[in-house]
Amino acid sequence: MSLSIVTGPARVSGNLFAFALDVLVALFRRPFQLKEFLVQAWFIVKVTIVPTAFVAIPFGAVIALQTGGLIKQFGAQSFTGSAAVLAVVQQAGPIATALLIAGAAGSAIAADFGARRIREELDAMMVLGIDPIQRLVVPRVLATMLVAVFLNGIVTVVGVAGGYVFNVVLQDGTPGAYLASFTALAQLPDMYQGMVKALIFGFLAAIVASYKGMNAKGGPKGVGDAVNEAVVITFTLLFVVNFFITAVYIQLVPPKGM
Amino acid sequence: MGVEVVVEGLTKKFGSQTIWNDVTLTLPAGEISVMLGPSGTGKSVFLKTLIGLLKPNSGHVFIEGVDIANCKEKELYEIRKLFGVLFQDGAMFGSMDLYDNVAFPLREHTRKSESEIRTIVMDKMELTGLVGAERKLPGEISGGMRKRAGLARALVLDPEILLIDEPDSGLDPVRTSYINQLFIDLNAQIDATFLIVTHDINTARRVPDNIGLLYHKHLAMFGPREMLLTSEEPVVAQFLNAQTVGPIGMSEEKDADELASEAGIAMPALPPVPLQLETSDGRPRRGQRDPGAWCRDNGVTPPPGSFARDADQAVTA
Repeated sequence: MSLSIVTGPARVSGNLFAFALDVLVALFRRPFQLKEFLVQAWFIVKVTIVPTAFVAIPFGAVIALQTGGLIKQFGAQSFTGSAAVLAVVQQAGPIATALLIAGAAGSAIAADFGARRIREELDAMMVLGIDPIQRLVVPRVLATMLVAVFLNGIVTVVGVAGGYVFNVVLQDGTPGAYLASFTALAQLPDMYQGMVKALIFGFLAAIVASYKGMNAKGGPKGVGDAVNEAVVITFTLLFVVNFFITAVYIQLVPPKGM
Repeated sequence: MGVEVVVEGLTKKFGSQTIWNDVTLTLPAGEISVMLGPSGTGKSVFLKTLIGLLKPNSGHVFIEGVDIANCKEKELYEIRKLFGVLFQDGAMFGSMDLYDNVAFPLREHTRKSESEIRTIVMDKMELTGLVGAERKLPGEISGGMRKRAGLARALVLDPEILLIDEPDSGLDPVRTSYINQLFIDLNAQIDATFLIVTHDINTARRVPDNIGLLYHKHLAMFGPREMLLTSEEPVVAQFLNAQTVGPIGMSEEKDADELASEAGIAMPALPPVPLQLETSDGRPRRGQRDPGAWCRDNGVTPPPGSFARDADQAVTA
């Protein structure tokens, strides 16, 4: 029995990986479910757009306050803009996106699949000769990835704008210094890696949510458990993955020389 | 024209718990079979194994030469097109209305135009008495309607094999009679092989050509209707006549003490065998046999009063 403590999680992660491979294979299988993709993309936008706006403003503000205070102590006020932009573009944008994608989109996907599982809808679909992975999961994964990239853009823009307002209004920074130092530290690859991160986060969140939802069992309670597990696993996974991507990125693209 | 389903040595376990062991039977092509069993004997599991939704631990299920229990995913999706399945709660897609639900298999698998689809869908909806409810969502209708909608969807691709999970659960007796009559008429019309999973003995006594009984982790008996209805085998007799005397207890099986205390009590006499339901237009079905034919061929004397026109009244009295 003690062996199951090790084999249990190992089996779940193995199954999750196998599921991700199934989805990758199904990505290239025709016919592509365009309608389902558009419906899902719109649905995910609907559940994430408002929370994104509300999260992005304080996120940008906190970073602006923090870095602004620090930089003031170092006596380098003219670089507040650059520090805030760097932090938002490189880290805050993708992280806030990850939170929203996992919390809002992931939980909605897991709940939807969980309900379909226990109502035997997924069984019915398989029996009708239709692969739910190709028909339902692939459009959701692609939709989540697409929306994640756009959310990342929104968080970045709103975060930087929020930082500007707080720096200029609350910290007596000069607008000119903030804007002028924009590109002092940040560089274009920072933005690309933010977008790539968002893509990967969207992929992982949709995969985990679909997997957990499709394997819900034990009636309505099972659906609740599946949603909960999906969100927790996605959060953990995304933060770990974020660490690795950042570490690799910093090695590959050296920070801008001053 | 109906397809034969051959099941050989099928065994299913969940972890260390055996659901059933070594089930071997053949569902004859174009005939109606019923799988009976006390609650929790894995009847639904059996049905899901037949379509490859669950993998058995050992054994084979052959359909047109393909072993469903051990074939590739791709073959499985192909062979499933022969099946129509009615799930317990209908398993309608919650986001689509009834019309789209029924049209779904046609839109996914055929290149028919919308007007052709409309003709087929409306035909099946009329057959199942759903005209006027096309635009309703599955959440807005009663359980009985969901079930009939599920049946309409299962029929839309003209299946060779129709699997039906508990058609009578949650239906009132009148609706159950209607749906049973519908199965008989459908069988005459499309000639498919039917397997009905149920624990309603009224259905079991009057509808099928063949009866199977799952009990205590194995297939107790499978054979022609009259063979089981005239069987003196305690488990079969107890279940088909819904009695407390016999080996089946409240929780799965009775223990030795309980059986010993019943040892002296004889099983009650078998009630008369009722007539099988006929098609509503009197048209004979392919799998239909003359009442009493099996008994005559096998030298079994049916209980007195069997096969009388009013036999079903005698049972309920």
